[in-house]
Amino acid sequence: MKELLLGNQAVARGLYEAGVRVVSSYPGTPSTEITEAAAQYEEMFCEWAPNEKVAAEVAAGASFGGARSFCAMKHVGLNVAADPVFTMSYIGVTGGMVLAVADDPGMHSSQNEQDSRNYAIAAKLPMLEPSDSGECCSFTKLAYELSEEFDTPVILRLTTRIAHACSIVETQERVEVPLKPYEKNPAKNVMLPAFARPRHAFVEERTRRLTQWAETCSINRIEDNHQKTGVIVSGAVYQYAKEALGDTVSYLKLGMVHPLPVELIRKFADMVDTVYVIEELDPVIEHHCRNIGVSVIGKEKFPMCGEFSQQLIANVFGIRTAESKQIEEEIPMRPPVMCCGCPHRGIFYTLKKEKVFVSGDIGCYTLGASAPLQAMDTCVCMGGSVSGLHGYNKARGPEAEKKSVAVIGDSTFIHSGITGLIDIAYNKSNSVVMILDNSITGMTGQQDNPTTGKTIRGDVTTAVNLEALCHAVGIERVRVVNPYNLKEIRTALREELEADGPSVIISRGPCALLKHVKHKPSLVVDQERCVGCTACMGIGCPAIRMRDGKAEIDENQCVGCDLCVDLCGVKAIGKPEVQA
Amino acid sequence: MTRTGKNIMIVGVGGQGTLLASRILGGAMLEKGYDVKLSEVHGMSQRGGSVVTYVRYGDCVHSPVIQKGEADIILAFEELEAARALPCLKPDGLLVVNTRQIDPMPVITGKAQYPDGLIGKIEGKGVQVLAVDALTLAQQAGNSKAVNVVLIGALAKHLGLEQQFWLDIIGKTVPPKFVSLNQKAFALGYQA
Repeated sequence: MKELLLGNQAVARGLYEAGVRVVSSYPGTPSTEITEAAAQYEEMFCEWAPNEKVAAEVAAGASFGGARSFCAMKHVGLNVAADPVFTMSYIGVTGGMVLAVADDPGMHSSQNEQDSRNYAIAAKLPMLEPSDSGECCSFTKLAYELSEEFDTPVILRLTTRIAHACSIVETQERVEVPLKPYEKNPAKNVMLPAFARPRHAFVEERTRRLTQWAETCSINRIEDNHQKTGVIVSGAVYQYAKEALGDTVSYLKLGMVHPLPVELIRKFADMVDTVYVIEELDPVIEHHCRNIGVSVIGKEKFPMCGEFSQQLIANVFGIRTAESKQIEEEIPMRPPVMCCGCPHRGIFYTLKKEKVFVSGDIGCYTLGASAPLQAMDTCVCMGGSVSGLHGYNKARGPEAEKKSVAVIGDSTFIHSGITGLIDIAYNKSNSVVMILDNSITGMTGQQDNPTTGKTIRGDVTTAVNLEALCHAVGIERVRVVNPYNLKEIRTALREELEADGPSVIISRGPCALLKHVKHKPSLVVDQERCVGCTACMGIGCPAIRMRDGKAEIDENQCVGCDLCVDLCGVKAIGKPEVQA
Repeated sequence: MTRTGKNIMIVGVGGQGTLLASRILGGAMLEKGYDVKLSEVHGMSQRGGSVVTYVRYGDCVHSPVIQKGEADIILAFEELEAARALPCLKPDGLLVVNTRQIDPMPVITGKAQYPDGLIGKIEGKGVQVLAVDALTLAQQAGNSKAVNVVLIGALAKHLGLEQQFWLDIIGKTVPPKFVSLNQKAFALGYQA
């Protein structure tokens, strides 16, 4: 059947068709929908794991158990999962094991632009890269065949424009793959030095055999258009190149980006006069070509940074691009903002007012760094706020401890903030950590997590008790605040900063986008009372704007969270019925 | 047989429902036997920021994205986003724009001004513009949340397919109890 599927949905379809039994992931744009879509198929056990390392280990365990297994993550998630992944490369698989990693060239939704192909090289793992949804599905299935044939985990690399683009997939039936019988095999599965040494030799030999496979496999193919110029491409870039250059060049389209073929590339280079390597991010294919003595044009013509497109390629090849019209007027930017009614807004408003150092983290609340709140000092990685604050305070001493906090979401705290909090308790810093518990993994599109009491399929399960967890690691001062009560937030913050010993303040208010959160009627501004002081604008609510010198609330956006009411010195903001 | 496809850009503000519009459009073109590609942006950009989705269909579509001067039609859910996307429109392309203004944060904080009379200025450049007050039409249909479907209706009229085909697609896409509302909203957009 022909279906229009998102690249991520097509990977999930491939998992289903390949007979996969266990799927474990942590959400991360642009990879999240793979696991969400996989959970629609009842034949597969699917879960949100606390983090990517756990997810990869669950997949490894399922492979030991003889099942085809899977985990998905964004590029930076592979940093977290790298520890098990590197050693699973030595161990190989029992049931086939595939990891999907979604890179984000252009950083639509990421903190860096790392190129995961470098991981495939470093971990010595085969990596496939599809260039549309059809290939997302078929490469996923192929990955399991490769995994079991070559005794290796396989990485499927996506980029944003593949993961989040829909194209047509010819779907097929699921093939049930029986569990492999369990056999104890410590020499393969227990990586002690004595056992690991021969496995390293195995890995080197495996890479040699995979390179041979790469020479002749159908997913590495030459499209010979009898032209003088040849381009080597993979993934989304193949599509951009086809769009920009059509039949005016010949193509070597690589479906497997590690290990790369040698003879096939030499053969292609012999067919044309000039070879271009067009690749987003790092010059991985280009360096390989140079290493095997094939002269190519690459990063001297194409950028290292950002996302490519058909026009970027056309420009390099001197092809004139289309004309268009535009108006002279300057068009203001529209950066992302916290939603109307967001429980994080009052926290950042208070942190800014109190002029504290804010060690930030990854999630919707990273928007607390943007104008007008601008209340975040640092943001590095998942969980980094808590341990980072501890380091900051150890460096700057007791005075800094009274003027600094970490902010971290519920899901991020479980992901890797808890270990930092243990460090704070164990190594005695008087740090104040604020857990912004909005009852969901928000930024990636509302996934449940171990604190929400629901599984990926919405089934009721146990929920982490954050207060008890913080107490258990040795934090005595734990308190909960209402994020819509500015006075309560301020009082709690001041008291905990002054207190001896570390503290945790849990700000508890559900994400305003959650379906079960009831919105209140829009607030209104009494135009007679409003003096146009703009105090209400300080919270950066998208529903409040100034018109003709007075504040105005957009009734289509306001959800009646009341946060702005207390900011108004002349009590001009209120409920509609009071104003009437 | 070669059929001419189209490049359609749908732009708006995160949360306005542009994604759904592109999915309905893509599904319709798949049913008509076209090769189809849609490109979306999820994650951080969706939080009240500018959102852009691309819908491309034809005999064979390679790139999932639309760039400068390549769009046959831009469907804009908001005026400022229409102006921002304008350079992507072909010189003889059509802009279908919802007459709605949503202030972006730099305007809210007073760092920038929301430009006046944007639609007039765009028309002044010789661009073919169809301005639709989708909110009013949606309210006429019975629910202000149907803005989405009104705009799809306005766009659909320019895609050369009969109205009944679209009404059937909507009948299949939305839950049964919302079918008549959405079909009414679509028809009002189609007539706009």
